[in-house]
Amino acid sequence: MSVEVPELQAIADRVVAQASKGEQIEAYVGRGGETAIRVYEGEVEHFVSAQSEGVGIRVIKDGRTGFAYAGTLDPAAVGEVLAEARDNVQFGTSDEFAGLAEPDGVEPIPQKFWDEELEHFLTSEKIAITKELEKLTLAIDPRIRVEESNYDDGWGETAVSTTTGIRESGRGNSCYVSVGTLADEGDETQVGYGFSVGDSPKEFNLPKAAREASDRATRLLGATKPPSKRVTVVLDPYVTAQFLGVISSTLNGESVSKGRSFFADRLGDQVADSRITLVDDPTNPLAYTATDIDGEGLAARRNVLIEDGVLKKFVHSSYSARRLKTVSTGNAVRGGFAGSPGVGCIAMQLTPGTKSQDELIADVDDGVWVQMVQGLHSGVNPISGDFSTGASGLLISKGQVGAPVREFTIASTLQRMLLDVVALGNDVDWLPTHAAGLTMVIRDVTMSGA
Amino acid sequence: MSPIPTSAPLVDSDVLAKVLAKGRSTGAEFAEIYIEDKRSTSAGLDDGKIEQVTSGRDRGAGIRVVSGETTGFAHTSDLSERGLLAAAQAAAIAARQGDGEVHTIALNPLVRHPVNNVRIAPDEVAKARKVEMLHRVDSAARSVDGAVVQVTAGYGDSMKRILIANSDGVFSADEQVRTLFRVNVVANADGGMQTGRDSIGQTIGFEIFEDQDVEELAVRAAKRAITKLKARPAPSGSMPVVIKRGSGGVLFHEACGHGLEADLVGKGASVYRGKVGEMVAAPFITLVDDGTMTGEWGAIGVDDEGHPSQRNVLIENGVLTDYMWDFLRARKERRRQSGNGRRQSYADLPMVRMTNTFVLNGSSEPDDIVRSTERGVYVAQLGGGSVDTASGDFVFGMTEAYLIENGEITEPLREGNLIGNGPQVLNDIDMLGNDFAMGNPGTCGKDGQGVPVGDGQPTLRVKGLTIGGTAA
Repeated sequence: MSVEVPELQAIADRVVAQASKGEQIEAYVGRGGETAIRVYEGEVEHFVSAQSEGVGIRVIKDGRTGFAYAGTLDPAAVGEVLAEARDNVQFGTSDEFAGLAEPDGVEPIPQKFWDEELEHFLTSEKIAITKELEKLTLAIDPRIRVEESNYDDGWGETAVSTTTGIRESGRGNSCYVSVGTLADEGDETQVGYGFSVGDSPKEFNLPKAAREASDRATRLLGATKPPSKRVTVVLDPYVTAQFLGVISSTLNGESVSKGRSFFADRLGDQVADSRITLVDDPTNPLAYTATDIDGEGLAARRNVLIEDGVLKKFVHSSYSARRLKTVSTGNAVRGGFAGSPGVGCIAMQLTPGTKSQDELIADVDDGVWVQMVQGLHSGVNPISGDFSTGASGLLISKGQVGAPVREFTIASTLQRMLLDVVALGNDVDWLPTHAAGLTMVIRDVTMSGA
Repeated sequence: MSPIPTSAPLVDSDVLAKVLAKGRSTGAEFAEIYIEDKRSTSAGLDDGKIEQVTSGRDRGAGIRVVSGETTGFAHTSDLSERGLLAAAQAAAIAARQGDGEVHTIALNPLVRHPVNNVRIAPDEVAKARKVEMLHRVDSAARSVDGAVVQVTAGYGDSMKRILIANSDGVFSADEQVRTLFRVNVVANADGGMQTGRDSIGQTIGFEIFEDQDVEELAVRAAKRAITKLKARPAPSGSMPVVIKRGSGGVLFHEACGHGLEADLVGKGASVYRGKVGEMVAAPFITLVDDGTMTGEWGAIGVDDEGHPSQRNVLIENGVLTDYMWDFLRARKERRRQSGNGRRQSYADLPMVRMTNTFVLNGSSEPDDIVRSTERGVYVAQLGGGSVDTASGDFVFGMTEAYLIENGEITEPLREGNLIGNGPQVLNDIDMLGNDFAMGNPGTCGKDGQGVPVGDGQPTLRVKGLTIGGTAA
């Protein structure tokens, strides 16, 4: 990585050095901290300042895998973790594809992940920013209340060492602010949110976050339940990013190799409208989730998954790649030291279109502009492809934005929605998620309401 | 019956008193320490193989200091006196920039309030026995039908010891043992793939498997996937919905449970604010949140602020009787807390959370509820849900559902979300069965923290809910 963390690397190395003959060991060591400030009615409601550290150890022998972790770097505890992981090996089923990643000669692309300004930013200034965001939001509209104004930052250091020769370490920090709003009119209350992300707090755009949080809530005041019919949906950039998050599990090489993706036999086929080119590119420094190495210590890389609507590639860890007789795409992901690596997209981006959101809306005859979705985890099944989610937004009629609507669902299938995309916006938004957002227009979606 | 032996406190009480005094050293009125030591074991099966057995250890302390309206919080995995004092200092500074007073803390005698009887501690059971069950469910699911193409199963147990002390003298401990088993099945046919799942989980030990057969669980999950291979798209628009007993507690969890959490009410972010004493549901609805429900997934001896769990009636015969409370909100309103202050781990701040939330029996025969429905949807298994408490709009997924035509359950439907408005739906429940059952173990997410919760309800009918399908 760009900046090495010798202290953690040494802890990982010491674990790996204990490997006996025929044993593969991977040690993943992590340490991190966070600051979370919440302001309510001009006062600090809470201030969280915390640090954590731990180690996760994977042991593989005769094709069997065992794993253990502990939330401490105390040397005695690390020894116990190794003993537990070794003990767990005997219960795994022997798997010819099991194994650690091996160095593949792909060099990590250096990026800047550590911001000195953020590291030294004063607590008092962080509090002042959080209060300022609340104040700015309240000033926009008298119907607005602020439920919470938040500042969050975090830093992390990781090191991974393996008996197969991988030794990587690095550190990074990041910060963002967010504000949640309530808009009141009579008995009715609607909610909104806004946020801003930056390498350091100096990059925050507080007025924009405040404006969005206010507008999202007030726009929905007076919303009613729409009739049920087929419409064109215009997805806000944040909704598109959430949609891509669902799509990503169909492009997951492990799901493909285990028969859980409807794209399994479709490489080379037209699976989406030709406007769709989807890449996963953690090497793009604009991406919030940019990284130079993946969860197994291999270099992160740019992968074209769908090109002009044609399915080109699945993402892989070394394990899923071996199962499908291909090579890792640098897409091993892990949830810190407490998890062993899985497979996932890291930083998805759609190639943008040429029109602004306003121009795209002007092109819609009968539709709904979806600002928020609810229940992506409960009504979307990436294995069957069934897609159904609660939504709220504004009706569009003959290119004009009309009345607000809520308490309805939009439904189709993932397979159809990709083919039914009719336009993409030029409004790329680098959101704090695994996908960048932009406005996406999809035809022939069922709106279910009254 | 031999409950888990009561072990020595995680940290000596004189150290706790020093830490709490340090927490108040900047002049704050309240300091609290929460200590957790959790050991967990999990094993996963996928594609016919035991992928991995995982052992985990999470141990640490969270220290909370309250000064006026401000809460300072710090946590550490270092449970030495030095480590705890450093975290207390950080929390104290976070809450307030200091006055340097010296405080003395006197802890009350330790309170234990065990509600769960654990007979077989999971760590006394060989890992091989846990893993062997996974192999059995793989065969059981695959033998249901040749269309079963993939089986994933998971076993998990956790043994968590907690100790809570605060500057008001509260001193409580609890031991929470949870055991869980889940199965997910994929079936494939010409029309595409479908999924089925089932799970069991209780706040008890390995004895859970004496009453519940994991192979039957696998068969149920497989049958769900197979049935859906022939499913047609769910309808769109509003229609009557009958929800099978023990599958629809999530409806109440979302339609009103979250809206009755005092932190959301206090900020005016709930449609139920200012409604205590008012009729908010059909007159035969009584809703209870009960952390003492022995063995259930959301059962706790004391909550994560050291307050003993209790049974709270939230809605009685349709009338809103009370909200759920944690320490901060109860303190602000000068009332007793209700045992609902919970947190995901020592690294998180507590807030108002549900435990086991359920609706008591009504008087209808479940068969009559279906028979009296001319056209509608019968939901036999629900997925997760979510709610916007300010507007009351909520969604929940249906993972096993059928059409009701002329009073009979007919064709299976594909998955989708249902959407409704909480206060409206509570009034639109027009039939309530007499066949109460608790549902599957759940994890409730709020503000980024997940905690185990249970829910339950008898078979019931909502006269109109919007079905998020694609068919006309």
